Amino acid sequence: MSLELVVAAVMFTGVLAYAVLGGADFGSGFFDLTAGGDREGAALRTRIDHSIGPVWEANHVWLIFVLVTWWSAFPRAFAAAMDTLILPLLLALLGIVLRGSAFAFRKYAATLGQARFFGVVFAGSSLVTPFFLGATAGAIASGRVPLDGRDGVWSSWLTPTSVIGGLVAVGTCIFLAGCFLVADARRGGEDELAETLRRRTLVVGLVTGLVVFAGLLPLRADAPTLWDGLTGRALPLVLVAFVAGLATLGLLLVRRYALARLTAVVAVASVVSGWGVGQLPWLLVDEVTVADAAGATATLQGLLVAFGLAAVLVLPPLVYLLRLTQTEQWSRPSH
Amino acid sequence: MEPVLTTLAPFLTTLAADVAEPAGLLPARQQMALSLGWHIVLACFGVALPTIIAVVHWRGAFRGDQGALLLAKRWGKVSAVLFAIGAVSGTVLGFEMGLLWPGLMGTFGDVVGLAFAFEGLSFFVEAIFLGMYLYAWGRMDPRHQFWMLVPMAVSGISGTFFILSVNAWMNAPVGFDIVDGEVVNIDPWAVFTNDQVWMQFLHMWLAAFMVAGFAVAAVYAAGMLKGRRDRHHRLGFMVPFAFATVAALMQPFVGHLLGLRVAETQPAKLAAFELALETESPSPLRLGGIVVDGEVVGSIDIPVLGSVIARNSFTEPVQGLDTIPVEDQPPVNVVHLAFQTMIGIGSLFVLVVLAYWGARWRGRDLLENRWFLRAVVACAPLSVVALQAGWIATEVGRQPWVVYGVMRTNEAAGDNPGLWWLLGATTVVYTGLTIGAVLVLRSMARRWRDGEEDLPSPYGPEPGDAEVEPAGTGAAR
Repeated sequence: MSLELVVAAVMFTGVLAYAVLGGADFGSGFFDLTAGGDREGAALRTRIDHSIGPVWEANHVWLIFVLVTWWSAFPRAFAAAMDTLILPLLLALLGIVLRGSAFAFRKYAATLGQARFFGVVFAGSSLVTPFFLGATAGAIASGRVPLDGRDGVWSSWLTPTSVIGGLVAVGTCIFLAGCFLVADARRGGEDELAETLRRRTLVVGLVTGLVVFAGLLPLRADAPTLWDGLTGRALPLVLVAFVAGLATLGLLLVRRYALARLTAVVAVASVVSGWGVGQLPWLLVDEVTVADAAGATATLQGLLVAFGLAAVLVLPPLVYLLRLTQTEQWSRPSH
Repeated sequence: MEPVLTTLAPFLTTLAADVAEPAGLLPARQQMALSLGWHIVLACFGVALPTIIAVVHWRGAFRGDQGALLLAKRWGKVSAVLFAIGAVSGTVLGFEMGLLWPGLMGTFGDVVGLAFAFEGLSFFVEAIFLGMYLYAWGRMDPRHQFWMLVPMAVSGISGTFFILSVNAWMNAPVGFDIVDGEVVNIDPWAVFTNDQVWMQFLHMWLAAFMVAGFAVAAVYAAGMLKGRRDRHHRLGFMVPFAFATVAALMQPFVGHLLGLRVAETQPAKLAAFELALETESPSPLRLGGIVVDGEVVGSIDIPVLGSVIARNSFTEPVQGLDTIPVEDQPPVNVVHLAFQTMIGIGSLFVLVVLAYWGARWRGRDLLENRWFLRAVVACAPLSVVALQAGWIATEVGRQPWVVYGVMRTNEAAGDNPGLWWLLGATTVVYTGLTIGAVLVLRSMARRWRDGEEDLPSPYGPEPGDAEVEPAGTGAAR
């Protein structure tokens, strides 16, 4: 594999990590929003706070990782995407800002009224953000980001592919969050809550599956290059996504939550990698390939050093943190 | 900060009047001033608070001082809020680098990218250990928990270094050649060893401890002014004040060394700092004053001192602005006033901390003195003003260059007039965030004063109602 392809692969690993780990955080917003009134929703909202509180900031850094790698390794393509996709990116950014701050504010809000307000902002922006990030991906994947000159500030992303991308992102986030929360609730001994979440996650899973697979059809006309990739090179991943998605629903039905969490991650990771593999070798589809977009070789090599350091310095504590949150002790509520 | 921006605007518009100016330039500048100016305050807490908390946590965990441990827990909760909005406003800057300055990132992204990557690494480490530290209360031995603060403090240092290396690179660009308009021979590692990086890093690192130290100390000074004179308040004051003291005393030396470099590397910036319109040898130190129609008005001139401070010499002059082509001159008034604001406040800090430790050495406790406590309370907002003034001085002083001597700021900006909308929206959002943060931090302080240690679950039912703790169901396991 060439140097630039290795860097692109690591960058895409960041996209995957963000989609899975950050996605589960974002999806919690849906359950928070639909938890019900103050009293009946309290248990679920407390559960969500416990589940994502320790990790959301770390999970958020994957996005920064992807941005930084993108502008260092492929600077011109980065500038082009930022220029054309300014609107969906800004709307996603607005969601990110409101979500992170409202989540922190709600935890220490002065009154129930304030907590309710911050809660709605948190939950609402948790749904807005993945939609616009998905729409951004859709614009790139359907070849609507020119390398030179800003074009189609609206038309580049108000397209079938972008809307499907947005819906797929929102759906997969909610599905993941549901699977994680069910398992957390069970481990925390909240069996009644787990039952509620299980039912909702099953519905979400069915709807998301429909969106993902029905959403493939319009791509044929709207994003032919991506369609060719998805039905060719990336077909195995599409099939894995299908099987893992079905398996997750089955495992939820029989209440095997720990395993369902794993298959849900596989399903979502395959959907996202299907997109990545499907659009290869393009970085910006039909505009510039990964190889042609690459910046200075010395920088790509430097990034490899940074990735190596990350593997040594970041991954072990991250795994430790994620493991801590999955222990019995960290699952029980505190103050 | 808003008033600063509005006063800045007319100066900035006149800046590149005779050069073709892209529509995105002015809004991009204002946007950057707003979002960076807002983020940098939070960044100070992100950099300095882990170290300050570590001191009280260590006392609590290893010396059995329960009061100190309580402070650590409370400061940890405060930092959770500040870090959260610091993280999101930092992300905003990540996006803005590309959205506002496509010319800069498209051309030099792969030169400075590595520095950003390492800064991202530092932030990653800090975010991970922050999650562990905050949620470890009651779940981890405090002595074990202490070690979570160490990587946070270290990554605060490394993060400051890496992000400052990018700014230092903009002042003294290295690591590339330009051949026929193309950026070639890129060495991304050179960014870490440019001429300015160590001094700029030290300057900012100390500033972070001044802001965080004075801010926390001011909270407890205000409490003492209201008659709350227990050990809790004394300890809560002393630890951050000690950090602020060291930083305030070291800062003038670091600033001086940094200033000496400016004479060689960016003479136009130094001339604006010192309000030197013409080269005079030796140069005077000008206190106050502005330039009106090419003349300095209203300044107090102290002979020779300008040369001593800026050049470490009794004879060497400060090179005047008249030696710089007009199109390469920064807006002199903004730079001069911002620079002197920073120095003035910094000198005041030296007096405040020397007064306290001097009195203490002679057996007097200034914490009994209401005027001293008031002065410390005033130091908190003043430290933020000094921080902003310092950044305005160095950033506006570098104009019209974004990358000194290589790329002008108007070449870095995009041609997007829609950015004005973005600026308006950002102002609204950041105002909202500021209000939210103040509300929440005040509510935390009030609850703690009322003796509520474990804040009630904010998700309802109303505090006071018989609460059905989810833990109750856990017993059925």
